[in-house]
Amino acid sequence: MAEPNQVSADLAGPILRLEGVRKSFGKKVITEVLHGIDLAVQPGEFVAMVGPSGAGKSTLLNLVGLLDRPTSGRIFLDGTDTSTLDDAGLTRFRGEKIGFVFQHHHLLPAFTTLENVMMPLLVHRGSPDDEMRERARQLLVRVGLEDKIGAMASDLSGGQQQRVAVARALAMHPPLVLADEPTGNLDTHAADQVFDLLREFNQEYRGAFVIVTHDTRLASRCDRIVAIVDGVIESDVRKNPEGAVLPPGGAGVPPNPAGTSGEPLTPGA
Amino acid sequence: MRFEVIVSLRFLREGRFQTLLTLAGVAVGVAVIVFLSALISGLQTSLVANTLGSQPHVVVRPVDETARRMVEEGTAVVAARVEKAAMRTRTLPDWPLNLERIDRVPGVTATSPIAAGAAFAVKGDVSKAVALRGVDPARFDAIVNITGRLKAGRFRLDGSDVVLGVGLAADLGLGVGDKLRLVTEGGRSDVFTVGGLFDLGAKDLNERWILSSIRSAQTLLNLEDGITSIEVRVDSIFDADRMAADITDRTGLVAETWMEINRPLLVGLKSQNVSSWMIQFFVVLAVALGIASVLVVAVVQKSREIGILKAIGTSTRQTMAIFFLQGGLLGLVGSALGCVLGALLAIGFRSTALAPDGSPIFPVDLGWTRFVAASAMATVVGIVAAVAPARRAARLDPAEVIRYG
Repeated sequence: MAEPNQVSADLAGPILRLEGVRKSFGKKVITEVLHGIDLAVQPGEFVAMVGPSGAGKSTLLNLVGLLDRPTSGRIFLDGTDTSTLDDAGLTRFRGEKIGFVFQHHHLLPAFTTLENVMMPLLVHRGSPDDEMRERARQLLVRVGLEDKIGAMASDLSGGQQQRVAVARALAMHPPLVLADEPTGNLDTHAADQVFDLLREFNQEYRGAFVIVTHDTRLASRCDRIVAIVDGVIESDVRKNPEGAVLPPGGAGVPPNPAGTSGEPLTPGA
Repeated sequence: MRFEVIVSLRFLREGRFQTLLTLAGVAVGVAVIVFLSALISGLQTSLVANTLGSQPHVVVRPVDETARRMVEEGTAVVAARVEKAAMRTRTLPDWPLNLERIDRVPGVTATSPIAAGAAFAVKGDVSKAVALRGVDPARFDAIVNITGRLKAGRFRLDGSDVVLGVGLAADLGLGVGDKLRLVTEGGRSDVFTVGGLFDLGAKDLNERWILSSIRSAQTLLNLEDGITSIEVRVDSIFDADRMAADITDRTGLVAETWMEINRPLLVGLKSQNVSSWMIQFFVVLAVALGIASVLVVAVVQKSREIGILKAIGTSTRQTMAIFFLQGGLLGLVGSALGCVLGALLAIGFRSTALAPDGSPIFPVDLGWTRFVAASAMATVVGIVAAVAPARRAARLDPAEVIRYG
């Protein structure tokens, strides 16, 4: 099956580029939360976004996730200037290009785990088909929840729900996955499991991951750590993580997924 | 199945108790509408049928004579009082031809020429004012079923036979085979034999009607070979107006419908309709408010799910469709249940409220159009009731509900 998202990610420069992004809230009393953010994320990068509460991390994540629009500045996603899109276009673009993992593992409780994972594809295509069922099933196998395929989402443990959420974020094979405190509500063991999954998916499938976290232990396992303090980027550090080599700021070729273990995400890819 | 349908069904299933209560509410509302309208329309049908059982649907009679001024207007001030001519017994011009013309009007099922006038029925020294009607038995039977309402004798009007109402027979002490004398205004009189007695279920008619052959009535009433009116029966009584207009067009005669003759009945039917519509309107309003309130609550309860769906790419249109579908489904399924309930109520009512002779006191009319109309109405009401909730859902900010939801 063709995956246009991956092709464009390989050809283009940064998958995500922010130019002078500012965001203010309030009508009478205007408070600026982000004061001009410039940031580029390359395809396949695994980025941790850290910073104290109230620094503007979540605001930035909402902007990057196209859930909100910046007051000024521009956000390019996969080569497209998102300020040119209308609301409907933005929604559609968001569904295609971005996978979300939320802190509170927001699954749809009325649906089974399989249906939850299928949901982005279902929203996108309009009606279910066997291909999307198979893709969702493989993702669930991949996150180790094969035996929970028919279970209602509300019957899973917190760690299990978050693994389903990770599988759902990857259902569309988005070039960018955003995770807001994905391990925030989990014990250490479950947090490690979820983090390992994100890391594995990143290496297998070469999507860019941006993870907001308070957990310095986990942040240190990322390729790059962006620290936000008081609405500006205070530091931006790249390092050579285990098994991955990324030249700083370069549009280099991401690590070859052939060397990694695990099942392929896309049948026949 | 479409994404929107899957999600709305699942949302309804998830809110089990709410959904069931709403369905019950819609069902009761629709049942009331179905039952009430079936009852009222059945009642009206039987009322009209009873009234028209002894009446023609259309009566065709000659044009009124109008007096004309003999002085030309405009040249001088004319002080004149024009009086309407007194009613003489007037006959229909060219009646065999006009009868044929009326028979050809679409929708006309039966016609009967009538030679009618006032007379006195005399037996011994008792005399009673009667309405003498000269008819052709076969044709008249198709207008007013006399044969089916005979209490004694036969409905045959050969020679000097007459058939009269049971009330008149009782007043004059007459039975089948007895003789009576009929006297008319001009002093003409003849002796007739009672051939049969009928009971039309209306005291007035039973005490006044006396049927003879057309020939006998013509002679007594000095009509020569004329008739005074043609009575008509049509296939669709509420279209009688249209057919009467058609008859007037074709014959130039006056055609009066049962609606004009029974003005109070028609007014009664209309006010019944108005009150029935009012009740239905308020029931519909209650159903709409019920569906709307449940969906508004559902939007609040499901705001987190709606936020997730939006975050993963669900468009505003899809979000609204999910709620319109829920409203429509509540209306459709609720009204289906309501139709069954309403039909059962109506059937139960019909079989329990019986007249002494075993016939239902309240006839109910359970035409399928009633159910289709009620279901369609409830579905549309459900969709309309979903407008406000759907807009609320569309306005939900996914960033906000995901953060704080």
